[in-house]
Amino acid sequence: MKWKDLFTSSVGKKWVMALTGVFLILFLIVHAGINACIWANDGGVMFNKVAHFMGSTIVIRILEVGLFLGFLIHIFQGLILEFQNRKKRKTGYAVKISIKESTWYSRSMGLLGTLILLFLILHWKHFWVPSRFTGIPYPEVILESGKKIHNLYALMQSTFSELWVVIVYVLGCISLFWHLLHGFQSAFRTLGVSHPGYLKIIQRIGFIYSFIICLAFAMMPVSMYLGWVK
Amino acid sequence: MEHYVMNLTLKVWRQKNTNDKGRFETYHVKNISSEMSFLEMFDVLNEQLIQEGKDPIAFDHDCREGICGMCSMVINGRPHGPWHRNTTCQLHMRAFRDGDVIVVEPFRANAFPVIKDLVVDRSAFDRIIQAGGYISVNTGSAVDANAIPVEKDKADAAFAAAACIGCGACVAACKNSSAMLFVSAKVAHLGLLPQGQPERKTRVLNMVAQMDKEGFGACTNTGACEAVCPKGISIDYIARLNRDYMMAALSSPE
Amino acid sequence: MKLDAKIPPGPLENKWTYYKGHCKLVNPANKRKLEIIVVGTGLAGASAAATLGELGYRVKAFCFQDSPRRAHSIAAQGGINAAKNYQNDGDSVFRLFYDTIKGGDYRSREANVYRLAEVSVNIIDQCVAQGVPFAREYGGLLNNRSFGGTQVKRTFYAAGQTGQQLLLGAYQALERQVALGNVIMYPRHEMLELVLIDGKARGIICRNLINGKLERYFGHAVLLCTGGYSNVFYLSTNAMGSNVTAIWKAHKKGAFFGNPSFTQIHPTCIPVSGEYQSKLTLMSESLRNDGRIWVPKIKGDKRHPNDIPEEERDYYLERRYPAFGNLVPRDVASRAAKERCDAGYGVGTTGQAVYLDFRYNLINKYGRAEASRRGIKDPDEETLVQLGKEVVKEEYGNLFDMYEKITGENPYEVPMRIYPAVHYTMGGLWVDYELMTTVPGLYALGEANFSDHGANRLGASALMQGLADGYFIIPYTIGNYLADEISTKPIHIDHPSFEEAERAVTERIEKLLDVKGTQTVESFHKRLGKIMWDKCGMSRNEAGLKSAIEEIRSLRKEFWSDVRIPGSANEFNPELDKAGRVADFLELGELMCIDALHRNESCGGHFREEFQTPDGEALRDDANYSYVAAWEYKGESQWELHKEPLIFEEVQPSQRSYK
Repeated sequence: MKWKDLFTSSVGKKWVMALTGVFLILFLIVHAGINACIWANDGGVMFNKVAHFMGSTIVIRILEVGLFLGFLIHIFQGLILEFQNRKKRKTGYAVKISIKESTWYSRSMGLLGTLILLFLILHWKHFWVPSRFTGIPYPEVILESGKKIHNLYALMQSTFSELWVVIVYVLGCISLFWHLLHGFQSAFRTLGVSHPGYLKIIQRIGFIYSFIICLAFAMMPVSMYLGWVK
Repeated sequence: MEHYVMNLTLKVWRQKNTNDKGRFETYHVKNISSEMSFLEMFDVLNEQLIQEGKDPIAFDHDCREGICGMCSMVINGRPHGPWHRNTTCQLHMRAFRDGDVIVVEPFRANAFPVIKDLVVDRSAFDRIIQAGGYISVNTGSAVDANAIPVEKDKADAAFAAAACIGCGACVAACKNSSAMLFVSAKVAHLGLLPQGQPERKTRVLNMVAQMDKEGFGACTNTGACEAVCPKGISIDYIARLNRDYMMAALSSPE
Repeated sequence: MKLDAKIPPGPLENKWTYYKGHCKLVNPANKRKLEIIVVGTGLAGASAAATLGELGYRVKAFCFQDSPRRAHSIAAQGGINAAKNYQNDGDSVFRLFYDTIKGGDYRSREANVYRLAEVSVNIIDQCVAQGVPFAREYGGLLNNRSFGGTQVKRTFYAAGQTGQQLLLGAYQALERQVALGNVIMYPRHEMLELVLIDGKARGIICRNLINGKLERYFGHAVLLCTGGYSNVFYLSTNAMGSNVTAIWKAHKKGAFFGNPSFTQIHPTCIPVSGEYQSKLTLMSESLRNDGRIWVPKIKGDKRHPNDIPEEERDYYLERRYPAFGNLVPRDVASRAAKERCDAGYGVGTTGQAVYLDFRYNLINKYGRAEASRRGIKDPDEETLVQLGKEVVKEEYGNLFDMYEKITGENPYEVPMRIYPAVHYTMGGLWVDYELMTTVPGLYALGEANFSDHGANRLGASALMQGLADGYFIIPYTIGNYLADEISTKPIHIDHPSFEEAERAVTERIEKLLDVKGTQTVESFHKRLGKIMWDKCGMSRNEAGLKSAIEEIRSLRKEFWSDVRIPGSANEFNPELDKAGRVADFLELGELMCIDALHRNESCGGHFREEFQTPDGEALRDDANYSYVAAWEYKGESQWELHKEPLIFEEVQPSQRSYK
């Protein structure tokens, strides 16, 4: 056993997936928290301030690099594992294995993950790329202190004024929901929680978490499209 | 119990040997009693095939009481057939109705190559046990059996894990062809007992390494294995293995 | 040839110690040069192969299953006896010895049985050290249950899967030796011939069951650990593959066959349900601890068992045998069930079954104890049943589930229907105290030898014997033989004896395939089984046995002229494997009938209708039959009887009484 087996063995690879998964789960809480500021219904003032804070603090910028790496590792490792696992059965079954006790979404993590990835690419193109690189085509907002900050809120409003975008986002959130529903508890299993009592609690928390986070995200484009927030 | 007879259509995987491509063939069996076991129905079919001068279907079976782990078969998309916590040999025909079409395939995984028809080679499991699925104690060197008390809960949990019959249904059902349930059951059985502690770390590392080498996939906690396990072995043992593995790996000397 | 059992001198309790102190040893360097063949990997074979590997011998182990873990020892349910006296209820080595001798109806060797009782305690220690998860008490110490034919609790168990757990322990020890390179394992290999060179066992011819090729293997000694031959009855509790072939080949090459007709009929099996039935399933004897056996008092009573009131039930075992009640030995319980069914009191659609009812103990034994533990005062009957069920589930859950799967009835609610079935063969190759057969260098262990169980084996003693032979006896006794073989160089498999043995196997296979008849192997096996069960089964008589011999001879002739075996020799061909085994059963069946016919007495499982006491118990004839019948093969249908007299120094044979 060498230390690098930690990453190359089947169990090690799962650990990498679980650790990055938990990291992304934590990130989603922050992300959802910030975005929830739009519901302050103050014309985006609070949201823009918080978004600016996140973009301007050096600590968070460094963390962002970590986040990006987390995404990349989770995505690539996930895809590699999916393809490797599929190759373990060269001749498939004529009648598809159907086991009702095992959930469809737990057996479709690769597919759900890929859908989320496609959604993410669109999402990055919509928000992350303009705010970091190409710039936002809306006048900057001037704070009371006189400081000028990006008007991300305006970008959101314009992006979510198109129906197809809203639909894609809602679909993305639905994929995310199923992905998290399995991923949340699976990550803890992989990290070694084996006590049936704790596992039951984790499963419940996982459901509540997945439901709230995904509902919150899905309601953002819907709220804006329907004009619930101004 | 209501008894009845039925006529059935069987679509069975036929493959002459490991290198043959294989195909499905359709057979009809008549007057099958609901009291028969699934394998007895196969016996009837085979007698019929021999009388017709055809090659009977090869399938693994031995004890026919659900404990040796020799029988396999995937029946209508489920290893060991439709009943819960069951082996193929214990499946009885009252699970089916007159006119049913039953598709029978071998356990499929690269690590379980087909030998003939429904017979597969599961020697990979033996090699995984060879990698560390034991407690190293030579005959004669044991202390008195009651010298080391074992908590009843732990002894019961070790027994529940040790109940594995090594049939391979977990692999057959898993979308990743993973053998984690099999491996984790042995790791848990021995790791839960005080006698198994000295080799606890090397055991889990070596058994997982061998499992990877044999060409089984990685576990994604779908729970399909537990659902088809004839002995109802819990996937919680897999979580236990994950923990044992990382503890062992992180403290490994190299 | 005079049979010499080679019993060591001295008082009974010192014989084994004396032997161990005086047998020859092989030094570690020489062990490396010695090769041992072990055929069969059940409890006896796996434990022997593992232990001999640990000692440093070069071992080759063979089994016909796809893995050594699947040997039929795995199906043993109830438990394993050992004279540990952990329960402080009066057990001792002597008492286990005495119970076993008496249970065997005084037809076994004192010295062997005493040794078995002696090493029984080591077995439990060894198995616990290997990680066998025996049942435990809340205090963390080992639990025991009681079994038939004894009045102490000395049976160690792991739910209803004791054989499985013990076999996995031995299998893991074996795989450890495989990993270390001390044992080479050959699964899916079936031994088809024994190779003798200069009168000594020197190797075997095997068929690789995957590709059908014949292979030759050399060994300085050969151990046959191939189990019993109950499948001669077609329907038995044995696995489908269990067979007599290995020991039969050895028998034909000079190993005497001891007491071939001694067969154990187990009282508690799930009854036959139809013509298509391929095997019978046992319900552990341990269930008789907690179940009460009964039939209705009215002949042909068709009421549902739960509708038959208490006073109309005949608990016939408790009535006939008040001292042991439901826990009489197996032969006694089986005959009593047959007697009731023959008299017309049987239940179920065929009338060939009796009830095994758990309700009384669910309530009174487990229910009350559990209620008291949980502090429930004055519980009603339903609560007690509920609590009792929970405990019973833990003790026997797997057996109850199995019963329900097979019959579709829930045994927690409705009494089980049970009937006796062939389960174990006390007969087997004759061996001396060292477990060596009459062929030098050829040993037989476990159920394959004529064993320590006399004419009837007590429950939970087969596991004990298999492991005793493999872990603790053969490692000593084989050294005594191999010490003189250290200068024998491994013999090349091109030796003419190997050539000749292989040719004989090839010819036999060709002959089988060339018959190209019209009837399947299975149909012959079924017909043989019916003859054996009807005429050489639970009760036997002279006329029946004589006609059985004739019938078997003509069936054998028919087999060799009309059997149809599909496929060819050089492929995976289970029908061919089966044909070879059935051909051997067709020879063995005849010898069993001859043996049963010659023994003009009843003892243990061997019940001759002509020899019974006025109240229908077995009537032994110690003056004329206190011996082991060892049959020497002399050619087709010809055997010569040799007698090994049984001398009892410690116990005096008496009429067995369980009343």
